Amino acid sequence: MSFDNVYEALTGDGDARWAFGTGFADPLAGVDTTVPPDVDRADLAAYCLMLGDDALIMSHRLQEWCTNAPDLEEEVALANIGLDLLGQTRMLYARAGHADGTGRGEDDYAYFRAPEEFGNVRLVEPPRGDFGDLVARLLVFATWRLALLQRLIPSRDPVLAAIAAKGVKEVAYHRDHAAQWAVRLGDGTDESHRRTQAGLDRVWPLVEELFAPHEVEERLARSGVGVDPAALRAEFDAVLDQVLKAATLRRPDVPPAPGGRRGSHTEALAPLLAELQSVARAHPEATW
Amino acid sequence: MVTATADARAVAETVTDPELPMLTLADLGVLRDVTAEDGRVVVTITPTYSGCPAMDAMRADLVRALRAAGHEEVEVRTVLHPPWSTDWISAAGRRRLAEAGIAPPGAAPRRGEGPIPLRLGPTVRAVRCPRCGSADTEETSAFGATACRALRRCRACLEPFEHVKEI
Repeated sequence: MSFDNVYEALTGDGDARWAFGTGFADPLAGVDTTVPPDVDRADLAAYCLMLGDDALIMSHRLQEWCTNAPDLEEEVALANIGLDLLGQTRMLYARAGHADGTGRGEDDYAYFRAPEEFGNVRLVEPPRGDFGDLVARLLVFATWRLALLQRLIPSRDPVLAAIAAKGVKEVAYHRDHAAQWAVRLGDGTDESHRRTQAGLDRVWPLVEELFAPHEVEERLARSGVGVDPAALRAEFDAVLDQVLKAATLRRPDVPPAPGGRRGSHTEALAPLLAELQSVARAHPEATW
Repeated sequence: MVTATADARAVAETVTDPELPMLTLADLGVLRDVTAEDGRVVVTITPTYSGCPAMDAMRADLVRALRAAGHEEVEVRTVLHPPWSTDWISAAGRRRLAEAGIAPPGAAPRRGEGPIPLRLGPTVRAVRCPRCGSADTEETSAFGATACRALRRCRACLEPFEHVKEI
């Protein structure tokens, strides 16, 4: 085959040759998506959206480090962590679309919902800050999410269980990455210690919310589909204590930010979504 | 129909990974099942990582190869459970990785019931340099050019190299 230009050569063989795809296939294509008959479909959908929204917004904040990280290896690492979370988001959104019976797909949930329809925790929202903020937030997020996903492996929803089992392997690497940075910086120079502690102090008011159950979480925990986030606290504290001790950092003594429960947002979410959604909303019929 | 299945399987097993082209999807452990019945082929694959961007390319490559071999009707299914592990990479796949300068993975971590242990120090693994064979190597980053690869360097020959990290 011969082509007039490079672009044509790339597309001449069909769009699927693009590694990043154009017109993404359903990430759960061919997966048995039957919802067990006694599982509450509306709750399951809401829950998948919450867990997907956490991952999407965190992934977006991580992607902002591309071209801003202190070195190339770190940029690659953060992009990879963001990509893992984006993959988890795609599968969770697809599951939400089966469960709520609307058949909505990942683009509908990511690009065409308003801020108040997002169910993420506030932890993932604040602007990216400096590298100390990043390390503190990633440490808290990955420690919490790993504990959560591991407890979802026996979920009575087989698709959610399978998504969680894959995610555990990935988030274990994310948590180690953040923890190793926390130790390196916390137990590093005076300046690196000061800035990592400052990052921890800034993120800490949003920690309490991670363990405050939403009514959907309470109901699904009772029916063996979801996890009561309050049950994650002991493991979270034990891991954080271990990291902070090695890092010579102290656990901040600050009151929780008021209004903390899933679905209440900080002022940072709307501008974030405005950027994330702008292209899709300007070209609502486009596929890529 | 056993013959049709065997034929379809043989074709599917020749399809290579888009990002690690020295490996077939079968070597990688991504190709989970191939069946053919009444002229219809069903191929089952599993993603390596949740965000693996190569899944669409893999589906398209499988369909293309099977159609070229005369299997008109092809369906590619995804299966998520059990989650992919580097332990599924075949012996031939490990050899081809090493020949291409990428250190193959060691045994994936065995995880029991309790909390997953935290690793605070640099991970010590017995990874041999694929260029000079020295075991004196160190990890420079757990994350590399694709989700499945880590970056390492050899302290003996001083060359950097990639390593398929264990999951």
